[in-house]
Amino acid sequence: MKQHKWGLIFLGLAIFVIGVTFPFWYGKGKSTPPVLSLETPEIAGLARKECVEDKAFMRSDHMKMLKAWRDEAVREGKRVYTAKDGRTFEKSLTGSCLQCHSNKEQFCDRCHTYVGAAPSCFDCHIVPGEVKK
Amino acid sequence: MTTKRRDFLKIAGASALTLLAPSLFGPAWAEDAIVIPPGRASGPTPALSARRWAMAIDASRCKEGCTDCITACHAVHNVPDFSNPKDEVKWIWNEPFSSVFPAEDHPHQGKAIQNLRIPVLCNHCDNPPCVRVCPTGATFSRPDGIVMMDYHRCIGCRLCMAACPYGARSMNFRNPRPFIAKINPDFPTRAKGVVEKCNFCEERLAKGMIPACVLACKEKAIVFGDMEDPRSEIRLLMETRFSLRRRAHLGTAPQIYYIL
Amino acid sequence: MLEKALHGRRGYWIWIACLILVAAVGFFFYLRQLDYGLGITGMSRDVSWGLYIAQFTFLVGVAASAVMLVLPYYLHDYKAFGKITVLGEFLAVAAVVMCILFVFVDLGRPARVLNVLLHPQPASILFWDMVVLSGYLLINIVTGWVILSCTKKEIPPPSWVKPIIYLSIPWAISIHTVTAFIYAGLPGRSFWLTAIMAPRFLASAFASGPALLILVCLILRRWGGFDAGEKAIQALAKIVAYALAVSLFFVGVELFTAFYSGIPEHEAQFIYLFAGLHGHSGLVGWMWAFAVLAAGALAALLIPGLRKQEKWLAPACVAVFASLWIEKGLGLVIPGFIPSPLEAMTEYHPTGPEIAITLGVWAVGFLILTAFYKIFTAVRGAASMPAGPTAGGR
Repeated sequence: MKQHKWGLIFLGLAIFVIGVTFPFWYGKGKSTPPVLSLETPEIAGLARKECVEDKAFMRSDHMKMLKAWRDEAVREGKRVYTAKDGRTFEKSLTGSCLQCHSNKEQFCDRCHTYVGAAPSCFDCHIVPGEVKK
Repeated sequence: MTTKRRDFLKIAGASALTLLAPSLFGPAWAEDAIVIPPGRASGPTPALSARRWAMAIDASRCKEGCTDCITACHAVHNVPDFSNPKDEVKWIWNEPFSSVFPAEDHPHQGKAIQNLRIPVLCNHCDNPPCVRVCPTGATFSRPDGIVMMDYHRCIGCRLCMAACPYGARSMNFRNPRPFIAKINPDFPTRAKGVVEKCNFCEERLAKGMIPACVLACKEKAIVFGDMEDPRSEIRLLMETRFSLRRRAHLGTAPQIYYIL
Repeated sequence: MLEKALHGRRGYWIWIACLILVAAVGFFFYLRQLDYGLGITGMSRDVSWGLYIAQFTFLVGVAASAVMLVLPYYLHDYKAFGKITVLGEFLAVAAVVMCILFVFVDLGRPARVLNVLLHPQPASILFWDMVVLSGYLLINIVTGWVILSCTKKEIPPPSWVKPIIYLSIPWAISIHTVTAFIYAGLPGRSFWLTAIMAPRFLASAFASGPALLILVCLILRRWGGFDAGEKAIQALAKIVAYALAVSLFFVGVELFTAFYSGIPEHEAQFIYLFAGLHGHSGLVGWMWAFAVLAAGALAALLIPGLRKQEKWLAPACVAVFASLWIEKGLGLVIPGFIPSPLEAMTEYHPTGPEIAITLGVWAVGFLILTAFYKIFTAVRGAASMPAGPTAGGR
């Protein structure tokens, strides 16, 4: 009887451990992080090949920045962003970001898919070129 | 380190000034606050600003069967057409006199009044019940009087729809995208589950353009302007013509003035 | 103590299985609703709240039942209620859980529900409703559980629980008042714009909640091996009788004000409710069912000879519960939207998925209630019969 219960306890613990660690080992090695090519014609055509802020910051914090832009533009009516180097930009996902990063599938979706992020931006915002004016 | 501190002070100072701005400088400051980027081909024209945006509608000028203002607004703002009253979304539409002004209606009203189709939209109240009841701040009053919707924040509880005495709000009961005939890429659509309404074309004002309905009206029946500016067209109109507001006795201080 | 909910006779498990099935069907349709949007319900641009919010409004009332036991027992030392205060507290827990679920399933964007906490708006009554409802849930879980644990261990409840119990009394009043204010503070809805909205909520709550408690006591006496005592049941029946009388009085007061003043926008909704307006009469049958059920129940509860017989008391309590479900659910929420602010007559008919989701939430509530009452009877049975085995199934 006692033995039996120990078995159940260990079974439960095993299921718990497998469940908790699932996200860490499932899919490991099955996919590789996307490599973004910077040699695209769109980028080649740009006068200044530099984003709003530096690459490391944008890579790690673009979502925070977009959220701040979103709130400031919608809620406070502050629509112009002045970057650290003094350049100014309209706080607009489709009007600024996607003007350079014109290929949403390549630029946004690949990484988001890889990390399992599902931002809902494009439920409402329209990808330039997706619909004809 | 010093540059950082200086940056901080600059930002802090500028932020503090913006708090004072509306009371001290009014519209002049609001225009200055927007830095026009130099050398940009499509640089935005200065924003239109006001201390109190308001609208006057002379419904007697409306031509029978005309829907120009409605069509223009709904096209610009990606308002879907579900073709059923249940899921319907609308920002501006028209109604008979008896529905718009039930308290002023009586059976002996002349045919000219009875046959009117009066454009109705969000009243951008000075004392908006929808803003008061919103549990997330998704709908809020701007300093220039526009009652705004932040579609990013709305949880879809629809308390604002119950609170609005004008029936001006619509819920996205379904995904609206498939029901938009022609999407305007310059304005977002909405997603299912959020409430929406007229925004006084704040996105156009920011680019220096007057609201779409005002522009679309060939009869010049809609006047849009700054009610706090004594020399504005709308103020002069108020001084010369008799006007009504919808359900003004509720204390919401609606800012759509009807001239009949 | 939780494990006591896992021992029961066959009937208990069949009941549990049925509830899980209904809840699962509801969950299935909720997933459909998440996918399609709230358009899957009968709600519309004009009638923007429906069955879900009606259930929420009604269940806030049921949740208050606990106070009708706690107040006489703790403030007036009315000993007959001593054994059953825990029943009221657990009923409150189940009812508040249902309230929260009904608000949740009514949200257009449920994933963003935490925005209410991230961007709190003290001017919004819905914000305060969230505060008082979650507070009330916590208070009742704590007090109910602590007192039952002490009963099991046969020790007196710890002294720190007393202040929480006293707090629960005004808190119960607050959940009604705040929920009523959601409606009563809206300028454009004349049907709701009445200062007696909160008193109306309280009166109907003190009828519907205790009526359900009486039914629970009768069920537990017959099948649960627990007797609340005739004195307690009769005292509850009197509370129900007077609360129902006050509740009906309030409805009458509303009718007088609307019709004697003759103000059309105050009359319209009552005409719609009881006679139909402009050919629309969707709720007329319901409202007359309410009137007949409530009047019958009031008669049965006020006449002592009838009230004292179980064969009259039980149906009367069912009638009270059903009639107030109509009056405070359907009859209070839906006519607020009919006619619309633009005088349009849009009626509301719940859809199949909407009804399935509603039943699913009720099933979850009853599942919680059954489990709690199973634990309660098991503990009580063991405490009152020290030598005997733990009480059997429901």
